[in-house]
Amino acid sequence: MAEALVLVPLAFALLAFFEPSTVWRRRILPFAGAAHLVLTAVALSRPSVEGLDGWLRLDSVGRLVLGFCSVLYFFASLYAPGYLASHPDRPNRVFCACFIAFIGALSLVTEAHHLGLMWVAIESTTLATAPMVNFLRSPRALEATWKYLLIGSVGIALALLGSLFLAYSALYASLQPSLLFDDLVRDGGHLSRPWLRAAFIVLFVGYGTKMGLAPMHTWKPDAYGEAPGMVGTLLAGGLTSCAFLAILRFFRVSSAAGDAPFAENLMLVAGLFSMAVAAAFMARQKDFKRMLAYSSVEHMGILVVGIGIGGAGVFGSLLHMLNNGLTKGVLFLSAANIHRAYQSKSSDEVRGVLRRLPISGALFLAGFFAITGSPPFGPFLSEFTILNAAVSSGRYGVAALFLVLLVIVFIGMGATVMTVVQGKPSERAAATDLRDSLPLVGPSVALIALVLMLGVYVPAPLDHLLRDAAASLGAPP
Amino acid sequence: MGYFVDPVLVLVLLANFFLLGTSRLRAIINGTALQGVLLGILTLLVHHELSLRPVLIAVGTTVIKAIVIPWMLSRAMREAAIVHEVEPFIGYILSLMLGAIGTGLALLFVGTLPLVPQHVGSLLIPTSLSTVLTGFILLTTRRKAITQVAGYLVLENGIFVMGLALIEALPFFVEVGVLLDLLVAIFVMGIIILQISREFASLDTTRLSALKE
Repeated sequence: MAEALVLVPLAFALLAFFEPSTVWRRRILPFAGAAHLVLTAVALSRPSVEGLDGWLRLDSVGRLVLGFCSVLYFFASLYAPGYLASHPDRPNRVFCACFIAFIGALSLVTEAHHLGLMWVAIESTTLATAPMVNFLRSPRALEATWKYLLIGSVGIALALLGSLFLAYSALYASLQPSLLFDDLVRDGGHLSRPWLRAAFIVLFVGYGTKMGLAPMHTWKPDAYGEAPGMVGTLLAGGLTSCAFLAILRFFRVSSAAGDAPFAENLMLVAGLFSMAVAAAFMARQKDFKRMLAYSSVEHMGILVVGIGIGGAGVFGSLLHMLNNGLTKGVLFLSAANIHRAYQSKSSDEVRGVLRRLPISGALFLAGFFAITGSPPFGPFLSEFTILNAAVSSGRYGVAALFLVLLVIVFIGMGATVMTVVQGKPSERAAATDLRDSLPLVGPSVALIALVLMLGVYVPAPLDHLLRDAAASLGAPP
Repeated sequence: MGYFVDPVLVLVLLANFFLLGTSRLRAIINGTALQGVLLGILTLLVHHELSLRPVLIAVGTTVIKAIVIPWMLSRAMREAAIVHEVEPFIGYILSLMLGAIGTGLALLFVGTLPLVPQHVGSLLIPTSLSTVLTGFILLTTRRKAITQVAGYLVLENGIFVMGLALIEALPFFVEVGVLLDLLVAIFVMGIIILQISREFASLDTTRLSALKE
């Protein structure tokens, strides 16, 4: 089972790569997405999923990331064929193979319980996404891909160095350095403190680069701005959550070693700084896809702030990972429709989306309200939980700053979103033949329904899983 | 054989300085290839007995880092028809000085960390940190895409040296995975380099400046 989650997507990727017909190749994508969703459902229904002598094991945090990424991926894969069909001149062989291989690599990240294996898996997700960012091969897409590859690779390289430092802290303690997370957590108390700290800092910077925390976020606006919409979804929902999962795994080792306060303070500072940077760059951001990238920087900041606060904040942060990923799906997929209809992503040229594309426009607007934490959507609940945890742990300064930054982001993002959705569309925009249709808006409608559901009702099995995951990260039950 | 480890590490450090001080792309590629050979030799030296595993890793490292990747970079260089790095953001002398200061700091820093007995007084970990730093300097201060890739390669070489300190801890499968990922990463970068050179008729990454706030 554990192996199937990785191998089945790889088999589909090979199939897509060797499929001679361009049309059939893109039609394989939803099948791969559906197959992964079924496999994930089976895996999550089993009490334990293990493989490769304990190297692969789905724990509660892994289950959470795998489950929600599989749902998000399925909807992105439903959207993809239509997008590829609208660019018949672009070869899609590499794109389709990478698109499917990505979910295999992502599954491996969620299951990997060995430090080295997880690193290899995260590096693979980076390599699978780079050709997708470069799908359009325009000069701008090339520039974005180059920055993404180089900055991402350096981040990943640092993460490897940090992993080696962690291994050294185990070696110094004369432990049999197995590098399995569970062994490291068990022996946490014996690890060499200076090496452990050095490891956590380097790992946090390395995987933080992948997550897109400021100031290592510079690849994000470019990559999100130039990548096709469903790729933006995978990056903002899937890839960043994987990097967050990696940081959580190392945080668990740090807490087991009794060094949690150091890690928590580092996360609080980095998280609030990311939120502040995002708030500053979101104001007067005319390119609405780049705006979404800064929103992603902001929400990655919120995730690490939640962990840094601890207690109920951990639960809030895990719930927010789901809410943010699903809402980013709505935003990127509806933004892709707008981009395709207007052939522009600047608020100077894009006006009156609610008239030109009523459903996509409404979805984009709903996504905006959801992501900025307006009730009754899911992000409101998770952000409120984090804020509440900050207040109840006596961190009033953190709570106030958190709230102020959320308000600034709301105003900055709102200005661009309102300009885009209101008004009258230009004649040039009315001339393109793209109209709202089921393949274009269906995936986003389903996603916003999920976000709405998470805001009013968290189903019992999910609630249980979230509590388990939070408890495994040291939050009181 | 452990006796020869430090002299080889000194050669790795010298290769770092050579890379920091040269402007010819051909020399930079050769410098990284030389480091690749040295890493292959080191892999054999740090193992206490010669079994199949170190030999496989040493051969794999040498083939990938000293032959395949330099070949890919040379091909990109020929295709883009460029020979020299132009006007780096900081000069060669300053780069060398930064490298020297970094190496000194690495030695001091490692002196403050607790080390297992066999690494006390060894150059293994200081060389690793100094090589990582050299990679960083090359990555951030050079303009040509090929030099930046070479910088990334040097950074990875530094991490590889750190890995040598942990040979008992790292499973074979992970080492192979790391090498393969590096190979694919450089391969993808190579493809993007060729596309950049076709699209912009240049490999100067300062031309990549359409995307900014």
